[in-house]
Formats: sequence, C-alpha cells, structure tokens
Amino acid sequence: MSPRAAWRLESLGFTRVHDYVAGKADWGSFGLQLEGQRHSGTRVGAYLHADVPTCALEEPLPAVCERVRTAGEDTCFVVNEQRIVLGRLGRTALARDDDVTVEVAMTAGPSTVRPSLDLAAAIERMRKQKLSNLPVTRPDGVLLGLVRRDDAEHALNEI
Amino acid sequence: MPIPIDRDELQRLIRDEQAQLVEVLPPDEYDDEHLPGAINIPLKALDRETTRRLDRNRPVIVYCYDSQ
Repeated sequence: MSPRAAWRLESLGFTRVHDYVAGKADWGSFGLQLEGQRHSGTRVGAYLHADVPTCALEEPLPAVCERVRTAGEDTCFVVNEQRIVLGRLGRTALARDDDVTVEVAMTAGPSTVRPSLDLAAAIERMRKQKLSNLPVTRPDGVLLGLVRRDDAEHALNEI
Repeated sequence: MPIPIDRDELQRLIRDEQAQLVEVLPPDEYDDEHLPGAINIPLKALDRETTRRLDRNRPVIVYCYDSQ
C-alpha cells in the first residue's frame, strides 16, 4: 500500500517522498515505541526481561551451568559476538555434568518471538511447546531478552 | 521517484531533516497504533485537499503495516 501512496504523493507534486516499506510491523518488531489506543501491555515487549543469561558456543558446559544456577535461572541462550541467538540450554542441558562444550549440549535454532507479538499468542506458543519462557529477538536475530510464561499469563489475567 | 528507506534512515530523516510521517492505513488501524508523531492520511483519501497540511519543503515518509 505504501508504494502506491508514495507515487500518489509524487503525482500531487511532492518531490521529497520516502517509503518506509517495512512499515509499523518492522518498527514494533524492533521493540520501538508505538502510539495509539492499543494497550501496550498486550505485546510481548512489555514483559521483556533483558538480563537473560547468555553463553558462547565454545564455552565449557560445566562453567556455564554453574553460572546459570548461581543466577537462579533455568535457561541460557547461546549467542555469537553479534548477540544472534544460535541455541538454547534448557533444564535438561543445564543438568548435564559431562565436560563438553555448549555447542554439544545446546538445542540449536530455538523458537524466537518479536517484541510486537501479541501476548496471548506468545502464551499459546509456550503452552504448545511446553516452554517456561521464550527468547525475544529483533527480526535480524539479535537477542533482546526473554518473556516468562508465568509473567505473561499473570499479565493477561490482569488486562 | 519515491525512495525506499529502512528504519535507520527514517530516524535520521526525522532527526536531521524534520521529515513528516504519514500512515496511509485506514483510521481505525492508525488509532490502534502508529509511529510516534505520524499523521493519518489513508491511501484512498490522498488528494490535494488532504495533503495541504504537509510541508512540501520537508521530506515526507509514508508507511503502512508491512511490505505485503
């Protein structure tokens, strides 16, 4: 729709017309603020925990497990230097006691969601996949944080 | 010719050139959510009258929901 609008503006004599082709879906998916009547609490981004544990592929698993347990967490996301999500260490992987690297123990390519996702849809996905949380990323894969199922369910009941 | 831009260029145009943001979706979708500072002129309503509020000396950025 926006390309036609841009051309229409040109036909009306406007000479400096730009088209943000990716639109407000892109804007919201990067966690950027939107204005309007919609309750901001209906989006995943409102319940984002940014202080999520992360580790690198080549790290030894025992050290990561210790770090995650000390932090009181049950999930750790495997990221590269650009903070792109490559894998996930869930409860099962974090319970292992063998001396392997994170890469060996991780679940590769975990499901991720955007901050603009509807909260109810995120809860449904966590229920179906039996997950206690979901990583929240930008469209380019950069980790923003995670949304916890408990938080999301509680929030949805309050809205 | 209209210039396709990404999110970074949009922010730069607003910051450096006081670009004007126009959401071209229907009013109910605009009311629901829109980019900060955007005004609403639905595609079907774009004409000489409705665009009179736009400054022709500044860039105009149009957008809708997504690229589809």
